[in-house]
Amino acid sequence: MNQSQSEKWMTHGEAGLAVFFSAAAFLCMIAAAKALDAAFAFHASLGAAASLAAAFVIFNRYIDRPAAWPPQEIDGRPNYNFGPIKFAAAISVFWGIAGFAVGLLIASQLAWPALNFDLPWTSFGRLRPLHTSAVIFAFGGNVLIATSFYVVQKTCRVRLAGDLAPWFVVLGYNFFILIAGTGYLLGVTQSKEYAEPEWYADLWLTIVWVTYLLVFLMTLVKRKEPHIFVANWFYLAFIITIAVLHLGNNPALPVSVWGSKSYIAWGGVQDAMFQWWYGHNAVGFFLTAGFLAIMYYFIPKRAERPVYSYRLSIIHFWAIIFLYIWAGPHHLHYTALPDWAQTLGMTFSIMLWMPSWGGMINGLMTLSGAWDKLRTDPVLRMLVVSVAFYGMATFEGPLMSIKVVNSLSHYTDWTIGHVHSGALGWVGFVSFGALYCLIPWLWNRKGLYSLKLVNWHFWTATIGIVLYISAMWVSGILQGLMWRAYTSLGFLEYSFIETVEAMHPFYIIRAAGGALFLIGALIMAYNLWMTVRVGEAESTALRSPVALQPAE
Amino acid sequence: MADRNDLDHVTGKTTTGHEWDGIKELNTPLPRWWVITFYLTIVWAVGYWIVYPAWPMLWSNTTGLLHYSSRADVAVELANLEKIRGDRMVALGAAPLADIEKDPALLALARARGKTVFGDNCAPCHGSGAAGAKGYPNLNDDDWLWGGTLDQIMQTIQFGARSGHTKAHESAMLAFGKEGVLKKEQIVTVANYVRSLSGLSTSQGYDAAAGAKIFADNCVACHGDGGTGNQELGAPNLTDKIWLYGSDEATLIETITNGRGGVMPAWVGRLDPPTIKALAVYVHSLGGGK
Repeated sequence: MNQSQSEKWMTHGEAGLAVFFSAAAFLCMIAAAKALDAAFAFHASLGAAASLAAAFVIFNRYIDRPAAWPPQEIDGRPNYNFGPIKFAAAISVFWGIAGFAVGLLIASQLAWPALNFDLPWTSFGRLRPLHTSAVIFAFGGNVLIATSFYVVQKTCRVRLAGDLAPWFVVLGYNFFILIAGTGYLLGVTQSKEYAEPEWYADLWLTIVWVTYLLVFLMTLVKRKEPHIFVANWFYLAFIITIAVLHLGNNPALPVSVWGSKSYIAWGGVQDAMFQWWYGHNAVGFFLTAGFLAIMYYFIPKRAERPVYSYRLSIIHFWAIIFLYIWAGPHHLHYTALPDWAQTLGMTFSIMLWMPSWGGMINGLMTLSGAWDKLRTDPVLRMLVVSVAFYGMATFEGPLMSIKVVNSLSHYTDWTIGHVHSGALGWVGFVSFGALYCLIPWLWNRKGLYSLKLVNWHFWTATIGIVLYISAMWVSGILQGLMWRAYTSLGFLEYSFIETVEAMHPFYIIRAAGGALFLIGALIMAYNLWMTVRVGEAESTALRSPVALQPAE
Repeated sequence: MADRNDLDHVTGKTTTGHEWDGIKELNTPLPRWWVITFYLTIVWAVGYWIVYPAWPMLWSNTTGLLHYSSRADVAVELANLEKIRGDRMVALGAAPLADIEKDPALLALARARGKTVFGDNCAPCHGSGAAGAKGYPNLNDDDWLWGGTLDQIMQTIQFGARSGHTKAHESAMLAFGKEGVLKKEQIVTVANYVRSLSGLSTSQGYDAAAGAKIFADNCVACHGDGGTGNQELGAPNLTDKIWLYGSDEATLIETITNGRGGVMPAWVGRLDPPTIKALAVYVHSLGGGK
């Protein structure tokens, strides 16, 4: 654009990151050479390769780029930074399908154990965390990063803060996923649910996450709107709280800095309490607050209606923030955790019911005046049904936290069913809805390749979810009742293996439900791919105040 | 961005006056039922705190009006269970093993207890129906490696086979091939001879006389002259068409070459004496007890 710029210089970010990655590559090579176990050597090698690639890309980009920074605005409109968002959105689809496929495999392993193949890498114990992390952190995390970077730019009317930083967040986060996932397969785990990655992966995630927070915050700081949109409160709460949870749950001392194994600083019941304070708030702030942010932007946007109630949004936001953080102990009912802590966990879970439903009311009632669109727009239908599932799961959660209910439901498949009504119905559907909106916007397409395929996705996945959760309700309650059944002589009525046998038909139904959900996601991937490949471009004349001159 | 609070014509409500990327917010008050339910849950929670242990203090915690303790609760439940079981388990422990099956009440108790314990401890190897699997004996038939009387079953359950316990059944099938006692051709020949003992077909060119000679020289010490086995040594009967590892030629060659010595754990110390008694009676009553 501007030829008469002064000399080209590296920015502090470029120079700093180039030095950082060069040093990291060197350090990783030493670590690979001195590694005490094969998995650590493998991860160090991956780290070295990724650092070298990063340093190379930074130099290459510097050589190719113009001397001037990308403008903040073009023709008075914000010059939005969509590159990292495109990457995160695209890779979220890939991780989603991978995570659902592994889920289907482990569901099938429970029905037919031969599918473990008697190999350590394909055993249920290693694939289960691969599934949970792939769907929550890889799929969900990338959807959250993509949408948060999009929403914060659009609702602040400014370009994303930072030049390389957004790319660092997106690529660094996915590198963390790679290390975590390959680690599980190789047997590297610190055995804390949803926090399985070992110390070096945790350290790396800390760096990436703090950068994420800074990019998000600095974008908010330079906003052109006087007020901060509600979705951004939720995104910010999600980012900050996840940072706190991650640091609180993962203080570990490695056995050696050249090895993968570490031990957590917490012990015994304190460790259990930290774990479920973390675990429950991963649900609360990752899977709830983050995805509520998605809901608050994409539903009003798609329905073209105002958010139902500003007051409700502010009250339920602060109520969720304050109450959720206490609810963790309900995962530890009837354990060594002191009774008083169990009481607090349960009562705060009950008080959380209405704050959670505040989000549901705001999501559903935003449709007032636009309900007819549900008939014609399957994307909006997906978003709205996700909110309905959210409402169902956040009613079921407090119910299950009540101690007498928990004494039946705990450790049974009911919990799995509950989690999946939230995960498949709420998180899955709201993410799919957001992706169906986001991909055409990012790639400047008029609309989706096919709304009919969205409809197919919607029904396939919905039937899958219904099969999944109803099978788990029945098997969970059956399991709980069988475990506690006593004969008149005072002995257990059923041996454990008999309860396992009784689960078999439900495990087959569950796997069938999972297969339908996976098929739906494959339909979505095809639809989104075709939208990008052959979708009709949005006319730029509509978006730009200045009509472009046709070249003649 | 709007400077004044617009009216939303669909709902007739005003907006807050802000707009982000085309999204406005209505100024709808909080739904009444929502507020009331929220308050009710708070009231309920506070009530619960008053009644149950709830808040940590410096060195203890509030105990609540009920002085509830889940530990005390478990103790009560366990005591109730003991009350249901009553003296019956004590009676079972005191009764001589042979008398249990004669007393219908004791027998019913032993079978009920045995079934539960079998399912959780024995089924992983012997199957939930006790039908066994390759290497794990079927307990429903009347073919017993170490004897099928009540006392013998009790002995096996208590100390196991090759379990490391000093009173465990120890003897094992020798590895005739690996130890160099028999050559490959001899093993093939004697394997065919063993098949012939239970009327199974033998392969072409098999020398029956040579087989009988090898068997007599090497096998009869444990399996007996006619191959009918010896329960003192845990040597299976080779004539009854019941096979622990399989009867095909390849499996028999494998058995004779490398020997066999399956392990059953000792349950003494892991299960209390009345429970082991109940288990013995249960296994004995499955159908094959002598």
